Amino acid sequence: MKRRWNISIWIGFLLILTAFVTYVTVFIRFPITRDFPWATLLIFGAGLALILRGLMRASRAPQLYRGRIAGPILMALGAALFLLFGYGIFYAARQLPASARAPQVGQKAPDFTLPDQDGVPVSLSKLLASGETGAARINGALLIFYRGYW
Amino acid sequence: MRVIGISNDPPGTSREHRRKQGYTFTLLSDPSYEVIRLYDLAHEKAGPAGEDVARPAEFLIDSTGTVRWVNLTESYAVRARPEQVLQVIDELGLGRPAAASP
Repeated sequence: MKRRWNISIWIGFLLILTAFVTYVTVFIRFPITRDFPWATLLIFGAGLALILRGLMRASRAPQLYRGRIAGPILMALGAALFLLFGYGIFYAARQLPASARAPQVGQKAPDFTLPDQDGVPVSLSKLLASGETGAARINGALLIFYRGYW
Repeated sequence: MRVIGISNDPPGTSREHRRKQGYTFTLLSDPSYEVIRLYDLAHEKAGPAGEDVARPAEFLIDSTGTVRWVNLTESYAVRARPEQVLQVIDELGLGRPAAASP
């Protein structure tokens, strides 16, 4: 008889690709799905489960389902993508320097002068000492160090 | 409360980034890593071209120049959320305008 396409395997793999792409384009923008990527892990899980389901069908009823060769290949690729993601998020992103000498609570923030986006020098101490004319004194500063914009 | 972003990007890049994102706060440039190293935040060779970058970190400084809150996260994917910072500002009482001088 004609063998059916093993849809499970293909949809599963598509889900895995989707998991990767949606993380990088959508979920990475929101702290709630970026701090711990539960949404992406769910999509990965669903994808892997579907491929597994397809593999089991292909091996139990090879005369009914295709996918004896495509199945294991897609499973291996899918698993590799999942492991790559896991490595990136749970290992590589955590390889940060110890920063033991960073200023701690209670210490004075080291003063500095740096150019702003228009090249105008900004001094931390001058900023903290100044006040807006007529309005409340400046309450402080929030310094956000970031990796840069690529 | 002034919000100030600091990275190793040159002013031109910061201006472009600021414009695209619609930020109104100041972005400072530290291409020689002088301040990044002063604050011990240098992350060697972690940039896209293998250059050094700053590891993400936030410092809340009061009007006397004293550090009141530090956020050094375990992963560079995790940053302080705005509501977190606002809560800290409230708890420390930094948000209230100072009494007008006589």
